[in-house]
Amino acid sequence: MSLHAFFAWCEHTGIGTAVRDSIWLFPIIEVIHLVGLAGLGGAILLVDLRLLGVGLHGVPVASLARSARPWLWISLALTMGSGVLLFLSEALKCYENPAFWLKVGFLVLALLFAGLVRPRFTRDAGAGPLPFTARLAGAVSVALWTGVAAAGRGIGFW
Amino acid sequence: MFFVQAAEWLEATWLSTAIRESIWAYPIVESIHVLTIAVFLGLTAAMDARLLGAAMRETPVGVVMARLLPWIRSGFAVMVVTGLLLFAGTPVRFVTNVFFQIKLALLVLAGLNVWLFHHRLYPTVHEWGGAARPPRHARLAGAASLVLWTLALATGRLIAYNWFE
Repeated sequence: MSLHAFFAWCEHTGIGTAVRDSIWLFPIIEVIHLVGLAGLGGAILLVDLRLLGVGLHGVPVASLARSARPWLWISLALTMGSGVLLFLSEALKCYENPAFWLKVGFLVLALLFAGLVRPRFTRDAGAGPLPFTARLAGAVSVALWTGVAAAGRGIGFW
Repeated sequence: MFFVQAAEWLEATWLSTAIRESIWAYPIVESIHVLTIAVFLGLTAAMDARLLGAAMRETPVGVVMARLLPWIRSGFAVMVVTGLLLFAGTPVRFVTNVFFQIKLALLVLAGLNVWLFHHRLYPTVHEWGGAARPPRHARLAGAASLVLWTLALATGRLIAYNWFE
């Protein structure tokens, strides 16, 4: 099956059709998507600002990362769950939309970075300033997630 | 009605016309508005979670707030400016939109909660802020903040729809 055929199949699933045909569903799922975005913003920034040395300095990054983790998972579940529903309702429109592919690219990079690279820098249990590499990790994380959000908003404008 | 007349006056200004007719202004301003939600509401939610005793329990409330408030205030400033610009683009549509009206009411309530917290509870934060689970009034202020700002976000998104017009 080609990618285009897969997107067409997505668009014609029962869920995709239901979301598309309802006046209320799409906006309500969008609201959930945004609530998740806010939660994600908080959970990620709390740790990234500390990595950058401009947030809760004096508090160990390891303790902040531990505090933020459940909120990060809940917010990811909200944004990705609602995001899949929004996608199913207009999969073919997404296929033609460069902003959608840009967002997917940023999202893959952001998730890989959050899963594989950033954890190396969030284990520090000290209260002092962090090395340059940790600050760099914080900056890359903020940049990647900003890319995800900005490209995501772009889907609606294309 | 006064508000509609004021909106009509604003809509006739060059600023309103410029925002409305530019291809780029609206998407850019709206994207910035949405991105600042992640900063403002995200960090406000983190602060509220601390007030509720649901995060950063070993860090005193006073420390969390002192470090996060500059970011929250900056996010708020950008959010308000971009929000006003979006409003200025199509003011008549906004003032006659039921979701915008509800959002304004929610913003007033959220602002009242901020005012009450900063005048009644924050001055004595050194007395109660060290507790992993802050006292009832502080938890109440955190919960009210979470609910009111989230509802303001929700009604803000729904302004784009005109189900009731």
